[in-house]
Amino acid sequence: MGLGLLASRALRSSRILRSPSNGGPTYFLRTIVSTPELNNADAAAAVQGNPPPPPDLPKRNPVGGARVHFPNPDDAIEVFVDGYPVKIPKGMTVLQACEIAGVDIPRFCYHNRLSIAGNCRMCLVEVEKSPKPVASCAMPALPGMKIKTDTPIAKKAREGVMEFLLMNHPLDCPICDQGGECDLQDQSMAFGSDRGRFTEMKRSVVDKNLGPLVKTVMTRCIQCTRCVRFASEVAGVEDLGMLGRGSGEEIGTYVEKLMTSELSGNVIDICPVGALTSKPFAFKARNWELKGTESIDVTDAVGSNIRIDSRGPEVMRVVPRLNEDINEEWISDKTRFFYDGLKRQRLNDPMIRGADGRFKAVSWRDALAIVAEVMHQIKPEEIVGVAGKLSDAESMMALKDLLNKMGSNNIFCEGNGMHPNADLRSGYIMNTSISGLEKADAFLLVGTQPRVEAAMVNARIHKTVKATHAKVGYVGPAADFNYDHQHLGTGPQTLVEIAEGRHPFSSALKNAKNPVIIVGAGVFDREDKDAVFAAVDTIAKNNNVVRPDWNGLNVLLLNAAQAAALDLGLVPESDKCIDSAKFVYLMGADDVNLDKLPDDAFVVYQGHHGDRGVYRANVILPASAFTEKEGTYENTEGCAQITLPAVPTVGDARDDWKIIRALSEVAGVRLPYDSLGAIRSRIRTVAPNLLEVDERQPATFSTSLRPEVSQKVSSTPFTPAVENFYMTDAITRASKIMAQCSALLKK
Amino acid sequence: MFGRLAAQRLNEIRTAFRRTTQASRSFSTALNYHIDTPDNNPDLPWEFNDANKEKVKEILSFYPSNYKQSAVIPLLDLAQQQNGGWLPVSAMNAVAKVIEVAPIRVYEVATFYTMFNRTKVGKYHLLVCGTTPCMIRGSRGIEEAILKHLGVKRNEVTKDGLFSVGEMECMANIKKKDARILK
Ligand code: SF4
Ligand code: FES
Ligand code: FES
Repeated sequence: MGLGLLASRALRSSRILRSPSNGGPTYFLRTIVSTPELNNADAAAAVQGNPPPPPDLPKRNPVGGARVHFPNPDDAIEVFVDGYPVKIPKGMTVLQACEIAGVDIPRFCYHNRLSIAGNCRMCLVEVEKSPKPVASCAMPALPGMKIKTDTPIAKKAREGVMEFLLMNHPLDCPICDQGGECDLQDQSMAFGSDRGRFTEMKRSVVDKNLGPLVKTVMTRCIQCTRCVRFASEVAGVEDLGMLGRGSGEEIGTYVEKLMTSELSGNVIDICPVGALTSKPFAFKARNWELKGTESIDVTDAVGSNIRIDSRGPEVMRVVPRLNEDINEEWISDKTRFFYDGLKRQRLNDPMIRGADGRFKAVSWRDALAIVAEVMHQIKPEEIVGVAGKLSDAESMMALKDLLNKMGSNNIFCEGNGMHPNADLRSGYIMNTSISGLEKADAFLLVGTQPRVEAAMVNARIHKTVKATHAKVGYVGPAADFNYDHQHLGTGPQTLVEIAEGRHPFSSALKNAKNPVIIVGAGVFDREDKDAVFAAVDTIAKNNNVVRPDWNGLNVLLLNAAQAAALDLGLVPESDKCIDSAKFVYLMGADDVNLDKLPDDAFVVYQGHHGDRGVYRANVILPASAFTEKEGTYENTEGCAQITLPAVPTVGDARDDWKIIRALSEVAGVRLPYDSLGAIRSRIRTVAPNLLEVDERQPATFSTSLRPEVSQKVSSTPFTPAVENFYMTDAITRASKIMAQCSALLKK
Repeated sequence: MFGRLAAQRLNEIRTAFRRTTQASRSFSTALNYHIDTPDNNPDLPWEFNDANKEKVKEILSFYPSNYKQSAVIPLLDLAQQQNGGWLPVSAMNAVAKVIEVAPIRVYEVATFYTMFNRTKVGKYHLLVCGTTPCMIRGSRGIEEAILKHLGVKRNEVTKDGLFSVGEMECMANIKKKDARILK
């Protein structure tokens, strides 16, 4: 095994996939795919069917557990990597072939989710019969190719490239935020020289202003153009470009312009050096001091997989985790940068509002005693519980059980409207699944603006539109899209027109093989929601949207709690319950409309932030935020995932479900669970799908079972469901960074 | 030992050759980014004139309609000619609109090619070759003389708007000892 191979093994080029917290180096990243073997049984079979490697070669495992998928088994070709034969499908590049053979090729510009640029030349390998080393990322593998990755020629070539790259690099690693997770740093350990031969002046480049999120130190840039390709191919904003030529080349926007994308933070991860780093994280911590906790994002209903990097009691940053089915390896700017909101406006003590209208800190015992006492004095029908946007399934279950024990059934989750339909699961989840959207060839978006409601879903649609030129029709208020779309209308009448086939877009839907309809959850709050859904159902029926092999009828939810709340049956008995309530239990609910609440009502606010909810509260019970507790969240496609505690709770705060459990004891209606496991067994009796963690549970029955509706659609146009992308919940509203972003947005 | 001596000597030679300690940037226009000025900002209207509109059509007809962006260089050239030898940012935006791409894709091309001048140049734009052979034969001295004579710095325009000086790459004209081109 040559030095080159050793070196390339020791390198992990895609740094976001590596968790620096593990202490020792991790060579294999964790790929999360729901059912790897089921998904491509033939691929698994094909891999196993390989002739066993000659006995003298050590067995190699694909880099990072990479799997081969053979779309057409006849197209398999065989190549030899360092003498080891691998079968790969036609059309793969040499670099991919090497990965499957277990050789990690050093690289800077190649990124498997972006187009191939081939401009860094770090990935040079030797190919037999080729006169020069070839750039493996751009070279298609040909049958019988003999690839050599650890020969002196390949090593020398890479050393040459490295010397050129370092020629103009400032070598300022000690003050660079990328230090410790920098591809250039890592690879120069393997291929760099200990001295430079360049005696001229190094070049310097003016830093660019890319907004409040991305810090630029452009002199460090190695012109790999990943950021340019990311901006135009994934984020869909053509703002960044490569300007100039030769040694004067630089990344920039040419004109003074901010990168206005909700995905801009991802350039921090894909930049292999420290040219683009996180502004809020700048000079805050070194990445080897951080403890990584694998968790789930709750700022929208997508449930992006994240890693929360913390130091001591503080969340220092949030980075994405790979999950092909949900967020691939990107996250939205809101997910990445809202964390400073976790440190502001936190509630840390139980408090009671005194006669003078001021809050006074009290002990848990006193606070719970008062709540229990008041709760018992009130007629059961007048007790209302509201679960907030960020509630986990366990606490919603506990709250529902508590209220039911008190004799009330008025409990709902904000965002679901006052008469949600929780009977048919297919009526409120994304039946196509997020990754399934890639197969679609026509989209009809009804009252939803995915770009602000669920940025990662929008990224999928953008990817699909870019790849297949799928048609997108949009019904709703004028909105920002980063792909081609037709604005069909603003109100539900347009839907009726499409349903009756009078609209030009109906033919586009009809001709589509895999049409997708996405209804925004903002529709839940409309009076005529049943009629809108009926119209959508008709469109679906007329256009073959729901077939045994394809389900294109989707609802795009807004909040992390919504899907689980509906699964658990958080449906209020009466839609006027707030108007007559005497006791309201707000579990992190800040956006519920309390205008109609009678003045003498007693309001308990249990939550982690002093946000809108506390204005009206009589008692405050401090709870832990999602970074501080374990909880199950179901995302919009029906996949349950679990957050894990990354940092300790603030002050005297407790987990939501524990507070409710304690309250039930004080109130004399003890809930029969004392641990998360016990609550989950209780959940199993209501919504067993919530326990199938990390696995999407499709809905079994289609919405065709819905009862007939006689309601007519109203003429009120759809309204935007999310006014400000950066501020949607208590945590993001408390965040300074998000405030800066929204200030720019308003400009 | 020998190696070190040789390296030392080489270094001396190099230092002798380097005329200034500051590395000077060598482009026809100095910056790779745009700074708004009264006579060059994106808000100024700019359009192809009627005669050139015909030419635009003709140029576009050379390319398949789904590869309009291939026409970017001829169109930039046309725009530069119409605008007296330089390309304001609004002209580049106009080109981007014609070929239906994002403006940044046009800026990329215009910054790459040194013969697109992105700041104002004089009526006569003098370019002095800065490539090695010419440099060794003294092109730097010639440039200095020109600059001194005109009383401007590189990439500046004389007050009367007649002359400006820039640097360019090899024009295969080394026989004449030095190449200057007028534009
Ligand atoms: S800024 Fe980073 S990602 Fe962009 S080209 Fe430079 S090194 Fe590559
Ligand atoms: S990774 Fe192949 S050229 Fe950059
Ligand atoms: S080096 Fe000056 S013209 Fe060729």
